[in-house]
Amino acid sequence: MKAFLAFLRNTWRGLTAMRTALTLLFLLALGAMPGALLPQRSLNAQKVTEYIAEKGWWGRFLDRLQFFDVYASYWFSAVYVLLFVSLVGCLLPRTWEYFKQMRAKPVLTPRNLARLPHHAEGGTAESPEAVVARAKQRLKGWRLVEREEADGARSVSAERGYLRETGNLVFHFSLLGLLVAFALGKMVGYEGQVIVQSQGGQFCNSGVYNFDSFRPGLRVDGTQLSPFCVRVNDFHATYLHNGQAQSFRADIDYQSGPDLDSGTWRPYPLEVNSPLRTAGDRVYLLGHGYTPLFTVTFPNGEQRTGATQWRPVNEVTLASEGATKFDPPGVTDTEQRRKNQLAITGLLAPTAGFRGELLDSVFPEARDPAVAIDVYRGDLGTDSGRGQSIFSIDEKQVQDGKLAKVARKNLRQGEELTLDDGTRIRFEGVKDWVSLQVSHDPTQVWVLLFSVLVILGLGVSLSVKRRRVWVRAAPGPDGRTVVEVGGLARTDQAGYGEEFGSLARDVLEKEK
Amino acid sequence: MPVNETLSTYSDWTYGAAVAVYFFAAVFYLCEAAFGRVKTRELVGAGAPVAGTAEDGTWTPGLVVRQERSRAEKLGRMGVALTVLGALLQLSSLVLRGVATERAPWGNMYEYGSLLTFAAVATWLVLMRKFPVRKLGGFVLVPVVILMFLGGTVLYAEAAPVQPALQSYWLVVHVSVISVSSGILLVPGVASVLYLLKSSGRARFTKLPDADVLDRVAYRSTVFAFPLFTIGIICGAIWAEAAWGRFWGWDPKETVAFVCWVVYAAYLHARATAGWRGRPAAWINALGFALNVFNLFFINLVTTGLHSYAGVG
Repeated sequence: MKAFLAFLRNTWRGLTAMRTALTLLFLLALGAMPGALLPQRSLNAQKVTEYIAEKGWWGRFLDRLQFFDVYASYWFSAVYVLLFVSLVGCLLPRTWEYFKQMRAKPVLTPRNLARLPHHAEGGTAESPEAVVARAKQRLKGWRLVEREEADGARSVSAERGYLRETGNLVFHFSLLGLLVAFALGKMVGYEGQVIVQSQGGQFCNSGVYNFDSFRPGLRVDGTQLSPFCVRVNDFHATYLHNGQAQSFRADIDYQSGPDLDSGTWRPYPLEVNSPLRTAGDRVYLLGHGYTPLFTVTFPNGEQRTGATQWRPVNEVTLASEGATKFDPPGVTDTEQRRKNQLAITGLLAPTAGFRGELLDSVFPEARDPAVAIDVYRGDLGTDSGRGQSIFSIDEKQVQDGKLAKVARKNLRQGEELTLDDGTRIRFEGVKDWVSLQVSHDPTQVWVLLFSVLVILGLGVSLSVKRRRVWVRAAPGPDGRTVVEVGGLARTDQAGYGEEFGSLARDVLEKEK
Repeated sequence: MPVNETLSTYSDWTYGAAVAVYFFAAVFYLCEAAFGRVKTRELVGAGAPVAGTAEDGTWTPGLVVRQERSRAEKLGRMGVALTVLGALLQLSSLVLRGVATERAPWGNMYEYGSLLTFAAVATWLVLMRKFPVRKLGGFVLVPVVILMFLGGTVLYAEAAPVQPALQSYWLVVHVSVISVSSGILLVPGVASVLYLLKSSGRARFTKLPDADVLDRVAYRSTVFAFPLFTIGIICGAIWAEAAWGRFWGWDPKETVAFVCWVVYAAYLHARATAGWRGRPAAWINALGFALNVFNLFFINLVTTGLHSYAGVG
């Protein structure tokens, strides 16, 4: 039992020692680095998959060691938890010590002031009392105590710069607070992305199923999202002549709180760097793209218009790809339907540039949209049980011969093509879509508060210097008073010399 | 938003002139360092009332520096004059670009590098007044000239408006604070490397100033820059909250900035811990600056992240 206690005590001492803290700091720095050098799931899951596939066993090995989820890994968590335990172990005794010191008097005047790093000496005809009174006058703002010594000498012991330790403790405690607030945010926060079509597309934050992707915190089950709705009316982008974007703005309406019941919509110009903050959540404009509009006139004369968003494959020219899918209208027999589903895939160029028959986009704005499309007919496999992307067709259906390419053509806005069965497909033009992100993090205001305290604490603890000065005035053998001044900088030495010099001069020399 | 071509051309010219002037200043300093003798001090006989301390390298009562100026010293003084001139040229280059583009002139890597090196030079000019380290100017100006040369050639970007994500007043705050603090941190980086050379005890480094002067230069400038760097990171987090939907997301640039911050925190702790003072602490400081450079070049140019604003094709 005794041995066990000793073991615990030694472990605790070891953990709270400064050299352990330093080692842990290095481990933290070292452990964070792979996150900058290797792809991370939290940032780009697809890239991680590609990386692992490319590197083979090495990729799988790294994956097993959680190198693609560094900041959620056991080893990274272990390092920062140990570091913060060590920090607490260091802070508690220091806080105790701090409160004791705040009430304590400055320490006794050392017997031999000449031994201190700063020292000055002189003689005067004044009485020791007068010298001490002048010293006290000069040391205004210092915490000081006057003492009478055995041989009739008087001394002043003064100390200043207690704020340094205050700042130090505020800084370290705020770091703790920051970590706790950050961790809580990860528990109760969530983040979801959704694409909304402009010209009236709506999104309501009522359930997880409304999002295209959703990342819940550990304690979020998706049932209690903050209720609000957003309607995208219009999207504007301006570009420089070289295609560099100059501004993005989505004109949206939103409703939250009582507005939901009364049906009131409030306008908001949603821009990059200016999210909508409502119902405790934030809505961001993350990206935009184009939706090609295709009108299909089926042989029976019925018309359908498809408006599915395509995704940009070139971030600069916004050349996009995707798949717009149609069910034949009025067909109830599933067998028949499966034979006649249509899909339009290919490339969309907001501003067309043709090199022969080859279409590419030359500018991100929709000045002269055109599409280069392949039309497929057959079974899209939408009820095959396999999931499929809205941006592409299921290639397996093509391989299996269930889906066949029936046409390939370039279409400018307003042009159309006719399939062998008389179906006409017309490219009507494009409309914008915007990609929105909804973020919920109720603790981020606490993170901000602690960050400000971190800065304040750090500034104070690095700029204030803790220093001591002692003055002793003793009656000398010749009736004059011997005055000695000694000084000690308790933390960093730099900079105390000048202050001490001026202090000592003022105490030693009688004012003129 | 049109760009004033005339002013941006003047900005480019002053930038080029600043690089040239710094180059000559560096040559002068290096000549001083190579040919100068170790400065001698003489004790003055008169009993000064207060024995001041020389620990800051500030003016010291009781000690006077011999007044004759050797040729090497004259070279050093010319180096200082040129440094001031170069700094003024570089400042006008920054101001001209800001006026030409009607935005804060630190929106791409070229401009960022210019502000960073300007901060480093300004820090050096301030430190030279407080510490007897003039002849080390060359060691600071050589990396500055290299960085500015790379900035003006490889990383150069035409004056232009910035993309929407950068159109925020946080560009003014976050980027300027980060680049100024990184610039200041160049100085302790250099001082720490020189400290390591000096304290290695090799004969060829005897001309360097005392190890503890170098240590204090490194410490004082780090202590000034570290809180600034902290403010810069936190401002970045506030901006990220408005622009990217989260205040911290382990973007590569954020990660390496965090690692840098931890390393400098380790430096400050090491310097106050028995057994870690001196050479280990200097190694840590040098590592901090190396990471800073890594963050500037590797993370901007090689990895892809949200901070890819280098403006380099």
